Amino acid sequence: MSKISMLGLYDNPDSAADALDALSEAGFDSNNFDVLTGTPYPEGAFGEHVPQHRLFRFPLFGAIVGLTLSVFLTSTTQIVYPLVTGGKPILSIFAMLVIMYEMTMLSAVITTVIGILFESRLPNISMNVYDTRITEGLIGVSLVCTSDKKETAERAFNGSGAMEIKSSGR
Amino acid sequence: MQQRRQLDEKQINRELLNGNLATPKWYYPVMGVLGVGVLIGFATILYMFNRGLGVTGLARPVYWGLFITTFVFWVGISHAGIMISAILRLTQAEWRRPVTRAAELLTVFSLLTALFFPLMHAGRPWRIAYWLIPYDWARGIWPNVRSPLFWDPIAIGTYLTGSTLFLFVALIPDLAILRDRTTGIKKTIYSMLALGWRGNPRQWQLQVVAGILLSALMLPIFVSVHSIVSWDFAVTPAVEGWHSTIFAPYFVIGAVHSGVSAVVTMMCLMRWLWKWNNYIRPEHFDALARLLIIVATAWLAFTFLELIFSLYGRDAPEIALRELQIFTWPWNLIFITFLLTGYVIPVGCWLFKSCRNNIAIMFWTSILVNVGMWLERFLIIVPGLARKQVFVYTWEGYWPSPVEWVILVWSFAWVSFLMLLFARFFPLVPLFEAKESQVFTTEMKVGRATVPMVIRE
Repeated sequence: MSKISMLGLYDNPDSAADALDALSEAGFDSNNFDVLTGTPYPEGAFGEHVPQHRLFRFPLFGAIVGLTLSVFLTSTTQIVYPLVTGGKPILSIFAMLVIMYEMTMLSAVITTVIGILFESRLPNISMNVYDTRITEGLIGVSLVCTSDKKETAERAFNGSGAMEIKSSGR
Repeated sequence: MQQRRQLDEKQINRELLNGNLATPKWYYPVMGVLGVGVLIGFATILYMFNRGLGVTGLARPVYWGLFITTFVFWVGISHAGIMISAILRLTQAEWRRPVTRAAELLTVFSLLTALFFPLMHAGRPWRIAYWLIPYDWARGIWPNVRSPLFWDPIAIGTYLTGSTLFLFVALIPDLAILRDRTTGIKKTIYSMLALGWRGNPRQWQLQVVAGILLSALMLPIFVSVHSIVSWDFAVTPAVEGWHSTIFAPYFVIGAVHSGVSAVVTMMCLMRWLWKWNNYIRPEHFDALARLLIIVATAWLAFTFLELIFSLYGRDAPEIALRELQIFTWPWNLIFITFLLTGYVIPVGCWLFKSCRNNIAIMFWTSILVNVGMWLERFLIIVPGLARKQVFVYTWEGYWPSPVEWVILVWSFAWVSFLMLLFARFFPLVPLFEAKESQVFTTEMKVGRATVPMVIRE
């Protein structure tokens, strides 16, 4: 059975929320449909289920990597090229702290951005059916299903007041 | 008075993309003038590289002059982005929305420009790789991690990388809007940059969390960057006027003062040039001016603290330096000008609501602040090195040469050129923020008054 991608377009959030309910009632798995908007709406505005993200682990991992690298860089640099100043220890802890701090933060920021893209599932190269009017105010409800469920999905979309339904085979 | 207007998404797209989907009439003439300025500047820099630093006014004992002053100035301006974007985002200040992108952009371009100055100041920039990167393995020469001059590029590199990523992440939803409004090669490029953004709840949720998380990560970097710049001076015990324990917070607050003022200048220009009156409203200038009054007063307190601490020590060279800075021609004129332009005139104006809501007054006062802040850095750096002390015969002798002044003017043309180039292809006001504001703000009747009501999650 071939898979198809469908998109119902709505002009208000209430109808889009009704469409999600209708699709659930029609037996579609909530992992297979999604709401697409050009504006961030309050969480749960469409009664949608948003899985828990793990973004907070990324900066922690990055910070540990950055700290480790910076300790290695600063200590080996001073040991390999020792500059004895006033008979003080070769490893200057205060100076090392500055570089360790910056490299820890840099690594944390970079891994956070990687985490944002990963958790947002970006880059997304296989875009399902889409409509450019979504970034002009329309709300899209997208669905991926098998072709035999197309009519059931259309009934759910129309029943909740879709302005237009688009579909494409894959 | 209620300044906010109810706008639909089509109108927001049309108005905020007016500089991206079409070219304004003034655009090419302005870019032409700036481009000529940029070319003259680069030619002057190449001339200086060819002839050596002898074409500048730098000479014994003042080896740090206009280049380092301008470096500190542009690093200071770069503090606008994170101050506005991160702090206001974390505190969920509703009025931040039209300001954040321009502030972040100013951070990136002013940092890029700041980086030019230590390179130029080195005279032969191609040789300074020894200072930063241990590339000459054979001779076993390694960067000296104990030197603040090594900490500086590490801190600025971190800030620049973080700010650029911060800017890009917040730009993705707007790139998707541009992707949907363009055709041909432009659409292909915007599609690649938008990374396939669709705008599902998970992506929006991550966008909000990312804004908060990156803000929280960037704030400590923001504080560290100008602290480390200040340590270039403060850890030098041999120079009077530099060796100060309060330099780190003093520089940070000064940077916020000049940076936020630069954002005000930008906002005025954005309102005038692109006619974004529905988005950049007098209430935004009012809020920024109130913030600036507090920042400027804290900065002034540090300025006086620095003076008081130096005089209280009764150290003769330190007192001689202050006498040079405050009472000796032409430094006394610079000192008075810096106080008047950095604090007295602008803050005097901002105390009045009519001035805070007047765009032209806000524009000129914000320019004055940055004139004052540049002079402040010049007053800190040069007189300290001039070493006015007893039995020192060369205690004065630096004034920037025409080459240095041209390079200073070039830096302003360069930042403006980059900003306008960016503005031609990417929106300067975040569209999704403007749209979110419409969703999260509604109007409520209280008696006969209609007031805006902001929803917070």
